[in-house]
Amino acid sequence: MLDVAEAAAGARPRWPLRRPDTRTLTRAGVIGVLLAFVLFALPQLLSLYYVDAMTQVAVYSMVTLGLGVLVGRVGLVSLGQVAVLAIGAWTAARLLFATSMPYPLVLLEAGVITMVAGMVIGLPALRLRGLYLALITLMLAGAITVVLATVNFPNGGHGFLGYNGSSVHIPPIRRPGIAASDPAYFRFAVVVAALMFLLAAVHLRTRPGRAWAAIRQSEPAALAAGINTTLYKLWALALASFITGVAGGVLAGAVHYLYSIDFPTQDSITLLAVVLMGGAYSLWGAVIAALLLQLLPALLNNWGVSADWLTILFGLGVLQVLTTAPAGLADQVPKDLARLGRLLRALARRLAPSGGPE
Amino acid sequence: MSGPRGAIEVSGLTVRFGGVTSLDAMSVTFERGTCGLIGPNGAGKTTFFNVLSGFVRPAAGTVRAFGEDLLSMAHFRRARWGVRRTFQTEQAIEELSVFDNVAMVHEHSRLGGTSRRRDVLGAISFVGLDADPYAKVAALAAGQRRLVEVARAVVGRPKLVLLDEPAAGLPDEETEHLGAVIRAIGEQTGALTILVDHDMSLVSACCSTTAVLDFGRLIASGPTAEVLRDDRVISAYLGTAEVETS
Repeated sequence: MLDVAEAAAGARPRWPLRRPDTRTLTRAGVIGVLLAFVLFALPQLLSLYYVDAMTQVAVYSMVTLGLGVLVGRVGLVSLGQVAVLAIGAWTAARLLFATSMPYPLVLLEAGVITMVAGMVIGLPALRLRGLYLALITLMLAGAITVVLATVNFPNGGHGFLGYNGSSVHIPPIRRPGIAASDPAYFRFAVVVAALMFLLAAVHLRTRPGRAWAAIRQSEPAALAAGINTTLYKLWALALASFITGVAGGVLAGAVHYLYSIDFPTQDSITLLAVVLMGGAYSLWGAVIAALLLQLLPALLNNWGVSADWLTILFGLGVLQVLTTAPAGLADQVPKDLARLGRLLRALARRLAPSGGPE
Repeated sequence: MSGPRGAIEVSGLTVRFGGVTSLDAMSVTFERGTCGLIGPNGAGKTTFFNVLSGFVRPAAGTVRAFGEDLLSMAHFRRARWGVRRTFQTEQAIEELSVFDNVAMVHEHSRLGGTSRRRDVLGAISFVGLDADPYAKVAALAAGQRRLVEVARAVVGRPKLVLLDEPAAGLPDEETEHLGAVIRAIGEQTGALTILVDHDMSLVSACCSTTAVLDFGRLIASGPTAEVLRDDRVISAYLGTAEVETS
């Protein structure tokens, strides 16, 4: 009897899946409800101005996700992610003008091409860490910005670069047929972002995630465990670049017109700042980072406050994170809420005995 | 390639860091079972382990492990071949669970995924770790983390297990438990174990043979009891300890 049960258990590959406990199920439920709300209720509730801002949040949540994986999970600090995003956007725009391929296919291709480019940009990461890696990626990003300013984004022209400097009527970059309107495109962007988060989550929960955790804590320990550290670092760069490239593709359709001035090198620094503030060790951190980066400026603009103040705010935020809350807001907010809950319960208990019997 | 007996044969192993010679023409054979490697601080014990793990490239010498040339293998391939080690400063991966820490080694070993769960849980129970396998290592006590490292060292058919001061900083009863685990490694896995430790009672209890390093030179090797009585060993190692304690 027991043997039969064991044999059955052995025949089914139970690893690495563990029977989901209530916590996992609750988490999946919360994510499902949240996603449904964002997809179906949010576009109805928001004005077009904020729908566009939230589309940007969806796009940049993929960019912060990619950087979060690099910084938080593997320990590779890249200051070139905006350049990687620009490569994705350029590639997607070029393909969208040149072909009539379905949009999702273009996204996939933009992701793969950006993945290759990102791996080349990230090659120094195999030798360098920390400040030097950050510096090298920043300078490479600067070089890419210069190249982009010269070749420009495709605007429907001919040739490999697809840029026509003298064209008067620039056609907009197309969107998928089912997502032509802004609210529909917002939903499209959210679905793509959700798929990218799923891709990252699967990586983090399986073999590469374990290898990255080992590499981040101690490369000798990783090597001693048989982990090919070069391969797994390259894998992380590939994943981050792919996700960022897909984000670039979504960005192209979102804005219709791309200009190299929209991808300044210094934005990569702001990007790292918000990733640290949001929390580089959690996938929620990437969402928070994107909200800080894209929703906050939209709010400030709407209130008539200059978004330049954010640079100062982000500076203070990073200082606060690095000194008191290294895991960022994604870790700090639930802790603070739990503390508040305990405080309220304690308060309620203290009030109850005096108020109860009388 | 057929190896002579079951042994690790080290010959003429020399490691230099700049002008410092950390290992000086070390030649020794470790037979199957549990072997001790002792010596004062800076004698070259960890350097020897680092050579076996592939972190340090020796200036000269060879290491044949069960007939194979260990030094020609890339460092990350040695784990797949069967080299396992623990570190002087314990290196269990904090943000992973106990299970994932051990599974990480198993999935880079020669074994396939079908037996993974059973093997990993088996290794965790072999070391007698009294903790939830799905708890994060960051939540464990120092002694438990050491056991996680030992579990990583015994999973996935190891051939050579290197333990670098596994008992450092542990209270007596935990050291005793660890000793029992170390003595059982050979029978459980068939691996040759080399134990570096400063705790002579642990080394005596675990190791039938012991080699002694001093300033990178091998000064004695043989049955543990004889080696510990050796005059050169006493003056090099235990002698200084006596002066310090008196």
